[in-house]
Amino acid sequence: MRRIVTGTEATAIAAKLCKPKVISAYPITPQTYIIEKLAEYVSNGELNARYISTDSELSSIGIVAGAVAEGVRAFTATASHGLVFMHEALHWIAGGRLPVVMAVATRGLGAPWILMCDMQDALSQRDTGWMMLFASNAQEAHDFIPIAYKVAEEVHIPCMVCMDGFLISHTAEPVDLISQEAVDSFLPEFSPKLSLSDEPSTLWPIPEPDTYYLIKKDLFEDHKNALYIWKKAFREWQSVTKRKYDVCCGHMLEDAKTAFVSLGATVETALEAARRLRKKGEKVGVIGIKLFRPFPESDLKELSKGIEELLVIDKAVSMGKSGILFQEVKSTVDIPVRGFIGSMGGKDLTVERIERFFYEGKMWI
Amino acid sequence: MDLRTRLEPGHPACAGCGAAIAMKIASAVVPSNTRVVIPASCWSIILGKYPFSSLKLPVIHTPFALASAFATGMRAAKSVPVMVWAGDGATYDIGFGLLSAAAERNEDIVYVCYDNEAYMNTGGQKSSATPKAAKTPTTPQGKETEKKDIIAIMKAHKIPYIATASIAFPEDLQRKIKKAFSIKGFSFILIHSPCPTGWKMEPSLTVKASRMAVESGIFKLVEIKHGQERETYKPTCYVNPREYYKLQGRMPRDE
Ligand SMILES: Cc1ncc(C[n+]2csc(CCOP(=O)(O)OP(=O)(O)O)c2C)c(N)n1
Ligand code: SF4
Ligand SMILES: [Mg+2]
Repeated sequence: MRRIVTGTEATAIAAKLCKPKVISAYPITPQTYIIEKLAEYVSNGELNARYISTDSELSSIGIVAGAVAEGVRAFTATASHGLVFMHEALHWIAGGRLPVVMAVATRGLGAPWILMCDMQDALSQRDTGWMMLFASNAQEAHDFIPIAYKVAEEVHIPCMVCMDGFLISHTAEPVDLISQEAVDSFLPEFSPKLSLSDEPSTLWPIPEPDTYYLIKKDLFEDHKNALYIWKKAFREWQSVTKRKYDVCCGHMLEDAKTAFVSLGATVETALEAARRLRKKGEKVGVIGIKLFRPFPESDLKELSKGIEELLVIDKAVSMGKSGILFQEVKSTVDIPVRGFIGSMGGKDLTVERIERFFYEGKMWI
Repeated sequence: MDLRTRLEPGHPACAGCGAAIAMKIASAVVPSNTRVVIPASCWSIILGKYPFSSLKLPVIHTPFALASAFATGMRAAKSVPVMVWAGDGATYDIGFGLLSAAAERNEDIVYVCYDNEAYMNTGGQKSSATPKAAKTPTTPQGKETEKKDIIAIMKAHKIPYIATASIAFPEDLQRKIKKAFSIKGFSFILIHSPCPTGWKMEPSLTVKASRMAVESGIFKLVEIKHGQERETYKPTCYVNPREYYKLQGRMPRDE
């Protein structure tokens, strides 16, 4: 069924179809509508779950962790200050191999207070051990929730499904909504390899350093291998919905000398910029990264074969160094890479500014 | 008294650890499938290192502030008994907001705070449960402020069951633990649990110290059921509070 919905509603509908048994909720713009919608579904009986309206994101993330540790599917959503407030628990959950799925509507961080979009919140969680998926539109925000559950529960690694705040969260677009039957056939019941039981046992006993080292090595390797599980899940999704995704997608690359590289909604703006530049005779393509963790290294290398230079558009910066996505790309490929901080705090990332970046190559425009 | 014990010998607590005694007494009477939720504390260590465990119950470790939230999620996921087992630092300080929130939501969990009146795991620094005048590594001149009245605060949450207990009164402690598990909704139990290491006290004096705290009237044994408060033991008051504090090397000497 096709309907015009915002990214937040598309996310809430998808979360409902995945039938989480526990939902924890704390409001923060621009995610709030997701948890409000879920409250509605639970209160009108469309979804049978315990809905817990909490005092803070610390409770919210702890509650979903506790539920998943008992072997039950759970859901929460957050943004911005809420996400960074959860930081300690994010590490704990990944280390504890709990396949929590959380939606994130990305937004800038204070000081000063800022409500609008960038990706400083999400990308500064890069090293927590979560898998990170970035939607480029409301359709993807919708589709990526069941796919994230499927992969997370198979590999026992948590996953954040991120969408650009406002640009996706608050923009109404036509979305092909998945049916309950489709989700039921795609997403199996959650049957964790590891959870609490009635028998004496300890979740996460303190190990010797050598064992701890092995635990981290396991997570590292499982993270890397999860890339193939993502590819498999995307293929299965395609057979159910006819919609095709990959961990990393190339556009107009056949004859391209240069390609923009980006995440999320920026990919769509970069596509428009590339089309305009092509009209001026420039051979430009676009590489959109969907899966940021695990990072699709070999796919990116493969897509950039024959390209002379990559132009990375970031919405998050590591102060004293460079854009965060820029670092990821730069450390993956052997060709020259330039970086542009396309937006912070919602500064309009126009096609014109991207074109200027193409010609001037400056970091701040 | 129920003598079955779920705390195995050989655990790494210091000699005379009140927190270990508290668990030994309490764990004997909890349902066998009780999930024990342990935030960062001495108890993270007392539980033992992988692949061993000193406690014959299902246990989950959590970050310092998050025990109440993990417990909430676990209980929301499954109809199983859940007991938070937290120190005073987790309870009075860093996890206080989340504890208050879980109590306000009246989650069906038993929250036990073993109160050893400081951050013992990190070396005995003051918490807001540390009594006034105690010298700790972060209050070298003695703590200037009073111990926080956590029972009054929990009472203000209007939860169904609140109790205080002492390791020197094991029958009373076990009765209160059983009561907490029998009640639907949020229960809070505060157990006075002296720490010889942090209090700079002879390890043989742990139980005596806890008894003196009760007998002197400093630590009252009470039970608050649906707002109705009752003293479960009348102190003899033959013990002068000074005599109790004198046992603790961290308290100032009389001039
Ligand atoms: C967020 C965070 N801050 C600090 C610590 C370090 N830390 C671990 S246990 C502890 C003190 C625990 O005190 P309490 O709750 O009273 O338990 P006790 O050690 O006395 O048993 C501290 C400060 C931590 N683990 N996490
Ligand atoms: S420091 Fe105190 S509370 Fe911690 S194990 Fe030793 S005696 Fe017990
Ligand atoms: Mg303590």
